[in-house]
Amino acid sequence: GCAGRGRARHVGEGSAAAMCQAQEEYGGCDQPQRRPRVSCAQKCMKCKEASPVLVIRVGDAFCKACFREYFVHKFRAMLGKNRAIYPGEKVLLALSGGPASSSMLRQVQEGLSRETAKKLRFIPGIIYVDEGAVCGQSLAEREETLLQMETILQASGFPYHLAHLEEVFDLPSSILQRAPHSPAGPENSYKEAVEGFICQQRREEGGSPSLPERRIQEKLAELSMREAPGTEGLAAPGARLLGAVRTEQLVQLFGSVKTLTAKEELLQTLRNHLILHTARAQGYSKVMMGDSCTRLAVKLLTNLSLGRGASLAVDTGFSDDRHGDVVVVRPMREYSAKEIAFYNHLFGVPTVFTPALDTKALEKASIHRVIERFLFGLQAEFPSTVSTVYRTGEKLSTAPGDADPATGAAEPQHCLLCLCALDTNVEDGSALQAILVSEQLSQQRLPAASPAGRGCCPGAEEQRGCCMNTTAPGADARADFLPLLCYGCRLTIKDTTCLESLPLYVRSEAERRKCRAAMKLEIQEFLLEDEAVNPGES
Amino acid sequence: CTSGLRACFPSPKMAAPVSLLVEFGGGAELLFDGIKKHQVTLPCQPEPWDIRNLLKWIKQNLLKERPELFIQGDTVRPGILVLINDADWELMGELDYKLQDQDNVVFISTLHGG
Repeated sequence: GCAGRGRARHVGEGSAAAMCQAQEEYGGCDQPQRRPRVSCAQKCMKCKEASPVLVIRVGDAFCKACFREYFVHKFRAMLGKNRAIYPGEKVLLALSGGPASSSMLRQVQEGLSRETAKKLRFIPGIIYVDEGAVCGQSLAEREETLLQMETILQASGFPYHLAHLEEVFDLPSSILQRAPHSPAGPENSYKEAVEGFICQQRREEGGSPSLPERRIQEKLAELSMREAPGTEGLAAPGARLLGAVRTEQLVQLFGSVKTLTAKEELLQTLRNHLILHTARAQGYSKVMMGDSCTRLAVKLLTNLSLGRGASLAVDTGFSDDRHGDVVVVRPMREYSAKEIAFYNHLFGVPTVFTPALDTKALEKASIHRVIERFLFGLQAEFPSTVSTVYRTGEKLSTAPGDADPATGAAEPQHCLLCLCALDTNVEDGSALQAILVSEQLSQQRLPAASPAGRGCCPGAEEQRGCCMNTTAPGADARADFLPLLCYGCRLTIKDTTCLESLPLYVRSEAERRKCRAAMKLEIQEFLLEDEAVNPGES
Repeated sequence: CTSGLRACFPSPKMAAPVSLLVEFGGGAELLFDGIKKHQVTLPCQPEPWDIRNLLKWIKQNLLKERPELFIQGDTVRPGILVLINDADWELMGELDYKLQDQDNVVFISTLHGG
C-alpha cells in the first residue's frame, strides 16, 4: 500500500507535504496501475532467451538485440503506415543535436542503407539551427557547438544546411503566406510510385553516377549557392557568425519579451519559419521533426494551457500541412524519451547538448516547465500517463474550417505567425468573448490606478490593448496587429513589449493584410457574392 | 604507514571501498561543472553501498549547484534515467541495488534543456 512505500522523505515544503498526504489518503482505494516490479531474473519478453536490459511501457522487458530490432522497425513502420513520403522525395531533417532528432537521423541512415526491398527511398538533407544568441551563449560557446555539430553533419554524408536564428531578419514575408498545396495522389499511386522508382533505379544503375557521387555533386551545387543572400559568411567558422547587428537585434527582440513562456513560443515560431524557408529555397517538400511521444504529450497539454486547443491536431499529429507546399512530419512521435535515450546510449548515437532557453530555470518559470514537471512526475508513478495523453491526442483530427463571418470569405483566415486557422470569432457565449469582456472591464479601471503621465489611454475609446503600451501610436499598432493572430499567438505578442523589434517580414505582412482587409471593407458592397456562401448567411 | 594515506582494511564489519565510473548525460552534466565522466571511489562504511547512498554521496561531493534539478527526495528527479552497467535500473532494484566494485552508473536527463 501507499503508506508502506517507505518514502520517508524529510518534508520541508508545504506542497510536498500535501502531496505526501494525498498519497497516503489514496493508499487504500483503487488507483491507476502503478509500476510493476520487473527484475533482471526475467527473460526478454520477445525472444524469451536473453537477459533484458531495459523496461519500456508498462513492464515490457527487452534484451539489447530485440530492442534494437523493435526500435528500427518502428521507424519504418511509422513512415510506411502513413505513406507520407514518396520515393525520390527530398526530405529535410531538422536536427537540433538533441537525443530525439539525433536518433531520427540514425534511423534515416539505417533505413537508407538497407539492401532489401524495404529500404527507405527518399533523399535526405539536414538543417541545424544555431540558437545560441537567444539562449545566452557566448560566441566561443556557439563556435564550439557548431564545430561539434559539423562533425556529426559531415559524418552523415547528407547535404546539410547550417542556419543561424539571426537569419530570420532576412526572411521574405512570403513565408507567412500559405502556398498552394501540392496535390497528393490517390492511395494506389503510392504503390505505383514505389514500383516506378525501383524500375528506374535498376535502369540507372548502369550509366549514371551512383548515389554517393550524386550526393557529392549536390553538395557542391549547394556550396556554390552559398552566395545567396542570408547565407554568405558560412564558409569559415570564424566568419560564420553573421554580423553582430543581427545578433543584437535578436537579443533585443527576446529581451523585450516579458515571460519565459512567450519567449519559448516565439522561439519555436521563428525557428519553424527559418526551417520552412530553407526547405522551400532548397526544394524540399517534406520536413522531418524529431518530436518524441513524451515531448508531444507535454506539447499537447502545454498548448491547451496556452489557448492553442484549436490547432492541437496539426501541432501534435503525424503530419502538419499548414504551410501548403511543405509538409512537416513527425516520425519519432511513437518513441518515448526513455526509449530514445537508451537507444542512443546503447548504440552510440552522437548528440550535442546545447542549453535551451529554460535550462536551469526555476520550476514554475514557464508553462512548458510546469507541464513537463507535472507529466514526468506522474509518469514516474504511473507509466501509462504519457501514452494515454498521446493516444488521446491521436484521436484529434482537423475539422474543416468555418466560414469567416467578418469578411464572408468561404475559407477561414490564418494566423499571421503560426498559420493555423484563426479561432477567434467572438461568438456569443464563447470563452473568448468572456475573456475580452473581462479584459475591457479591468482596463476601464486602469487609467484611474496608473500614476499621472504613464496612463496611455485617457479616453474610453481604445480599450483593447491600450494598457500594454505606454505610447499612443504603439497602442494603435498593437490593436491592429492582434486581430491577425490566433488566440495563442496573441498571448505571446501581448507579452512582447516592443513590436518594432519583430522581424521585418512579420511587420510587413501584417501591414499588407491590414491594408487588404481595409480595402476589402471599402469595396465590400461592390463585390459579387460567391455562389459557395452558406444559404444561412445574410 | 608514513605517507599519511588512510588505509582501509576490509573486515567483516566494513564494506570494501567501491570504485565506480559515474557518468552524466542529456544535460545533467551541467550540474557537475560540465564534466560527463567521473571516476569515483566511495569510502569504506559500515553499510553496503547502494544507489540510495550513492545519491546522497553525489549530492554532497559531486553536485555543484541546484540539487533539486537532480535529486527529489531520496531518488532522482523524474525524467532522469539511471543505467547500471548499461541496464535499466528498474531491472536491478532501483535504489536498493547494491553497488559492486567497478560498476558503471549512468544518469541521463530526458528533460527539455537538461
